Amino acid sequence: MRSLRDYNIDFMGVRRTAIAISIALVLLSVGSLVFQGLNWGLDFTGGTLVEVTFPSAASPQEVRAALDGKGFVHGVVQNFGTERDLLIRMPPQEGREAALLGNAVFEALQSAFPGVELRRSEFVGPAVGEELRETGGLAMIVSLLSVMIYVMFRFTTKFAIGGIVALAHDAVLTLGAFSLFQWTFDLTGLAAVLAIIGFSINDTIVIFDRIRENFRSMRRATPEETINVSINQTLDRTISTSFTVMLVLGALAALGGDVVHGFALALIVGVVAGVYSSVYIAANLLVILGMTREDLLTPEKEKESSAP
Amino acid sequence: MSRLTDTLLGLSEATARAPNTYPAWRYLLIALVIGVGIVYAAPNLFPPDYAIQIRADTSDAQVTLAILTRATQALERGGITVRGSESDGRNALLRVKDAADQLRGREIVQAALHEDPATGSQFVVALNLASTTPEWLQSLGAKPMSYGLDLSGGVHFLLEVDMAKAVADRMQNELDNLKSLLREEGIRYVPASIKVTGTRIEMAFFDASGRDAAQTAIESKYGDYRIEPRDVDGHPGLWLTLLEAKVVEIQTYAITQNLQSLRNRVNELGVSEPLVQRLGDSRIVVDLPGIQDSADAKRILNKFANLEFRLVAKPNERVSATETFVYEGRPIVLERRNIVTGDRVTGAQQDYDPENNMPQVSITLDGDGGGRMHDSTKDNVGNQMAILFKELKPRSRLVEQDGKQVVENYSIEEKRLISVATIRSALGFRFRITGVGLEEARDLALLLRAGALAAPMYIVEERTIGASLGEENIKEGTEAGVIGLLLVVAFMVVAYKVFGLLANIALIANVVLLIAVMSVLGATLTMPGIAGIVLTVGMAVDSNILIFARIKEEMQKRGIQAAITTGFDRAFITIFDANLTTFFIAVILFAMGSGPVKGFAVTLAIGIATTVFTAVTVTRALINLTHGGRNLKKLYI
Repeated sequence: MRSLRDYNIDFMGVRRTAIAISIALVLLSVGSLVFQGLNWGLDFTGGTLVEVTFPSAASPQEVRAALDGKGFVHGVVQNFGTERDLLIRMPPQEGREAALLGNAVFEALQSAFPGVELRRSEFVGPAVGEELRETGGLAMIVSLLSVMIYVMFRFTTKFAIGGIVALAHDAVLTLGAFSLFQWTFDLTGLAAVLAIIGFSINDTIVIFDRIRENFRSMRRATPEETINVSINQTLDRTISTSFTVMLVLGALAALGGDVVHGFALALIVGVVAGVYSSVYIAANLLVILGMTREDLLTPEKEKESSAP
Repeated sequence: MSRLTDTLLGLSEATARAPNTYPAWRYLLIALVIGVGIVYAAPNLFPPDYAIQIRADTSDAQVTLAILTRATQALERGGITVRGSESDGRNALLRVKDAADQLRGREIVQAALHEDPATGSQFVVALNLASTTPEWLQSLGAKPMSYGLDLSGGVHFLLEVDMAKAVADRMQNELDNLKSLLREEGIRYVPASIKVTGTRIEMAFFDASGRDAAQTAIESKYGDYRIEPRDVDGHPGLWLTLLEAKVVEIQTYAITQNLQSLRNRVNELGVSEPLVQRLGDSRIVVDLPGIQDSADAKRILNKFANLEFRLVAKPNERVSATETFVYEGRPIVLERRNIVTGDRVTGAQQDYDPENNMPQVSITLDGDGGGRMHDSTKDNVGNQMAILFKELKPRSRLVEQDGKQVVENYSIEEKRLISVATIRSALGFRFRITGVGLEEARDLALLLRAGALAAPMYIVEERTIGASLGEENIKEGTEAGVIGLLLVVAFMVVAYKVFGLLANIALIANVVLLIAVMSVLGATLTMPGIAGIVLTVGMAVDSNILIFARIKEEMQKRGIQAAITTGFDRAFITIFDANLTTFFIAVILFAMGSGPVKGFAVTLAIGIATTVFTAVTVTRALINLTHGGRNLKKLYI
């Protein structure tokens, strides 16, 4: 590792370009969310899903035809993971018990293709899906707000605004990635977005902490310089930490199996966005909001007493 | 920060000591914490065996050696190797190789015990897991984490209790009571005027004095209504609205009764460590680990069925007091009033009629029910009694709503006569029901034993995870975790040399403590939980990186020992802030999330706590132990 003095990158020098990029990415995400929407998973839409393994490679067309023949209409059949695994999504069927549809589909498959094995089957009622969507959205908002209040309490309002905008930015970009690549957004996806809110604030707090410290010690520097120095000082840590997180996320994405795969991919997007936004959104906003030394002059008793 | 936490985390050092040294007790204390962690995390290294459990279901039954031998022999005839068996008299466990053997083995053992009518109904054969944790660890109370359904395989249900129906049924009941009260008091009402809407009963009387008399009579007998005199159909009438408190009581009763009945039913299904829990006002979660056939589970769990015992009506009975059913192709007129219902049943066993070897259900009634049965039958010897099987079947249909097709739940009632027989003598507490098929007899006995549901339920969510997918998840999750851990460990050594090595020891202590805390708290390990552990590994070293980066920086300003002290102290503020905010998020995730989100939140929260302890305290202790108090020229960091 190089020593810290080696870093002297003018982060704030390109802050206008960075803002333009951020705005473009957010617009792209929002645009995709509006026009393409999320590929809502079963958890949120409700419906029936059956995942099966065939003894040998299975053709989705054949399976679909077999199901059509047994009166299951409008089903979607696709390969999932390996070519022996198929995922079947079934909308509610006229004249069939919604709660028993999964069993009926699997029975039909068993009689048409002996040796087929059930991997999983899920049924979510429409009311439950709607509720999950509501509490999910609420959880996202509550976590953003609680982080904001905490930062306001531990730092200042300007820090809180910078932090919350950065977090919202990360959440929007991650959701945008879900929409753009049409990854299935289910409860695991929601957990990923919420986890990103949790991890991204980590980065932001580390930089904020240093900015606060430097604002107190670097009396002659301009706010922009102070912020720049702070980002450079924490850069060693920022790179190392993002790298270790990327290592485990890479392991999860590659080896963790289907369920965790999407979760890890979303987190990778979120971690990249989080590192970037800590610098170019959170810190940048401090410059834009006109952060000065005076903002920090209100004595913070708690901090002073614990500093050596 | 309070002095206490300062002391615990090793922040304020006694100035008299050499720099960066701890008193010996402190090293010992930290070593002790990690040692205890190792003990309580260790059971997770011993994955439990799949086992078939034989449980004595009646109070006097014993799982004897003979029964154990019979089961073992049956299994071995079926080609399943029994790896070991144990019994404590009431419970026996037969260990087998894998989940497939376990499922097939259960059927075999069940059949073997049912061959002998004397043992068949006394035991429940269940899927279970047998611990392989060494005795001495078990004696310390150490146990492995239990696996969630996504790892063990199994079925998860979310059931919604139909509260509207529970209230409507009760209103019908209340109305019958009101009518008989009015009849007893000799107050005449307009029969056609009676209307029940929601929790309100409307009834009209022929004149105002009738109404006033009715109001006084009802008020003196029932306190559950808000009574308003109103005109109904142009007559003086009454509006009786059930009080809100009473409605809540009915709903609470419905869900409590359903919970109880579900617990009994799940018990009969033979599942190890099932979960039956109320969720919110009207929902019940049922988790059945190990179960693979969700159709079978649904048939038993969600069955809303009951029996009614009624007399066949005498020819001169009023038409309004009778009801006609078809039995074996001919109409049978029954009295509307029943003698007893299935609610009075305390015991029910499926067995065989000794005369013709046909399946039958032997029933025992409770004291009250037995008394009523005796009173009714002793006066009716020579007449006929009928058994009516009532079932509410949950149904769903697609309906248009706001231009969209949505699924709507409803239920249909089916009533069917299963037996009509002449009363030969007065009946008592015990009698039997014949004329049912084998499976029907078995289900009926089970349902009568378990108790009826108070209100119908609809399945609003179901997740079934096959055993093979569960095993695959465990394998893949563990692999991802181990590889992730190794990558991080390698990176730390490359990036921070000796200090990285010390951080790695702390990281491993972190994982051990995290697993130990989860095991002690009885947390359930799920796939998102594993993801949470793996992520904790990735994030945990962040604290060390922060500290080390700070130490490096401080080394440019001051001496090595002072740099270590300052590095730790300065970085701690940041670590504390950053982790506390993440902890908030974990708490919110836990409070608002469901299923996978909750499992992730639990690991995240515990992981943050263990991370702050290991990354700060353990690493510090290790650095003090290896570097403290010495005159160092260079730091391998």
